[in-house]
Amino acid sequence: MEILQLLISGISQGCVYGLIALGFVLIYKATEMVNFAQGDLMMMGAFFAYTYANVLEFPFVIAVLATIATMALIGVITERLLLRPMIGEPHFSVLMLTIGLGFILRAIAGASWGNEPRSLNTPYAGGVIDLNGVILGYENLVIMIGTALLCALLYCFFRFTRLGIAMQAASQNQLAAFYVGIPVKRIYAIVWGISASISAVAGILVAPVSLIDPQMGFIGIKAFAAAIVGGFGSLPGAILGGLLIGVVEQFAGLYLPTGFSDVSAYIILLIMLLIRPQGIFATMQQKKV
Amino acid sequence: MRFVRKTHYYQDIQLFRHGGQVFWYALLGIVITGAPLVLSDFYLGELSLVFIYAIAGIGLMLLTGYTGLVSLGHAAFLAIGAYSHAWFLSQGWPFLLSLPCAMLLSALVGGVIAVPALRMTGIYLAVATLAFAIIVEQVLIHWESVTGGFRGMMVELPHVAGLELETPVYFYYFCLLILVLSLLVAINLLRSPTGRAMTAIRDSEISAESMGIHLAYTKSLAFAISAGFTGLAGGLLAHKIGYLAPDSFTLLTSIQLLLMVVVGGLGSLHGVIYGAIFIGLLPQGIAILRDYLPGIIARIPGLEPGIFGLILVLVLIYEPLGIHGRWLKIRSYFELFPLYRRATHKRQRSYLRTERLR
Repeated sequence: MEILQLLISGISQGCVYGLIALGFVLIYKATEMVNFAQGDLMMMGAFFAYTYANVLEFPFVIAVLATIATMALIGVITERLLLRPMIGEPHFSVLMLTIGLGFILRAIAGASWGNEPRSLNTPYAGGVIDLNGVILGYENLVIMIGTALLCALLYCFFRFTRLGIAMQAASQNQLAAFYVGIPVKRIYAIVWGISASISAVAGILVAPVSLIDPQMGFIGIKAFAAAIVGGFGSLPGAILGGLLIGVVEQFAGLYLPTGFSDVSAYIILLIMLLIRPQGIFATMQQKKV
Repeated sequence: MRFVRKTHYYQDIQLFRHGGQVFWYALLGIVITGAPLVLSDFYLGELSLVFIYAIAGIGLMLLTGYTGLVSLGHAAFLAIGAYSHAWFLSQGWPFLLSLPCAMLLSALVGGVIAVPALRMTGIYLAVATLAFAIIVEQVLIHWESVTGGFRGMMVELPHVAGLELETPVYFYYFCLLILVLSLLVAINLLRSPTGRAMTAIRDSEISAESMGIHLAYTKSLAFAISAGFTGLAGGLLAHKIGYLAPDSFTLLTSIQLLLMVVVGGLGSLHGVIYGAIFIGLLPQGIAILRDYLPGIIARIPGLEPGIFGLILVLVLIYEPLGIHGRWLKIRSYFELFPLYRRATHKRQRSYLRTERLR
């Protein structure tokens, strides 16, 4: 029973990692950029949700929609101001740029909302389901359902819609995509908008479980590990990597000495990079000369 | 622009290309050596910190700027150097033995880390080093018998052959000496076959390999050398801060080191020095700035990292070659005076073609 309980809380935590990892993978899939500020975008989303739901006292659904819209706008503006000049620059520069962006977002959040932790009012917080002794909080249930829905939605989007396929094309060869009439720059702006709103959803889902403060974006690093374990560029891989790390973390916390729980994500990452660098679902192949 | 007429092969391997360079570097040397006569202890301390950053920066520059391998975890090597030096000293080792041993240990760890890292490129490598740095940070916290955990660890005062190095003037000269030696080693390394091989790997792995360069060997050597320099800087830093705690070697430290080489200018040793001056003096600058800013902005808690981030972003967008690149542009403007064209330094963009299958 204890194992089942750990598994459930691991899955719920893993879904959070998976959700943030989805944002990474989405941007990577469409623009081949690695966005290290994804966790900080999530933090901004959580803070906006807090502002709309707690301070302005919107109804919860309206607050969620407003948060998603705000973050989409922020994503598009970020892309336009910071990332667009970087098209065609080396990956390393873009990576550094998003690290810098993360610092800026943290400073902005600290300046606007302060550093003390806050909690988000949600209609579903507090309730639990008791399944023969295994306790599942409503907020964890909502995280799992939300993750599954988003994942399915994104999968269909990339598989079946015109925009999704155009995004894949833009990612595989920028010039060729441009030649066949895909507005690559607009695509990038849209991708950043979508990715930022996904992180907003992640922020809203996480907020009832962990508190909101400017440092909460650091779990983005673990989510990044999840994305790599799953195979960077694969949507199901991101979720699976997140689940793996979430579950292992819970078990390491109970059965291994203190400290292992915090580093288990990175140990998994290093082991994975050693034995199967391309991740669980490989999307890379060696380039031929 | 000065063209040197070479009359002897020996001129090709001279450190200074012409008399002008000798003059300016000699002047710089005199100013730096004479600085303790003028400056107060506080500024000497700040300058020593700049020298230490520069030594660490040489390490990271060799790896990132010259070999093209990005490391997001160099604070780990800094920590390994600092802690092992402090631990060796506490075991009663003499200073002059302990510092090289700390450097060697750091280099060894760097070489070992490089072995798995060789299979990765680009972003994967950056993340692997990041993971390594976080693991090292946790080890520092939990290995209390050696590192003291959160309580931290005292560093014994450095004594070398009767000299008390902890006095700011002696420490300043010692750091300066180590920096100059490190620079000489780095310059000569970069002119050697190994250094050329590193640069070749940075520019194109495939062509380097087809020229007969052993990729795995050269990369792990680059990692080890880089970690060695950074470990050396760590050993000096231990004396500078005097009391080691895990929160001196966090992710932010790694990012600061990377910021230093990026802002200074990737791919030049001058850039390391510029970057170190920038990083070393920026906190002072921000502290002074806080006095002048209106209170509401000055009290923002995360102001300093925020400004770091902003500068990083601006440099990457507007001047990817950093301070050194800007200096080269200014210099060539005056050298070519009426003939300078902006397009001379235009950046080459490469449009992306992925290696992903879908």
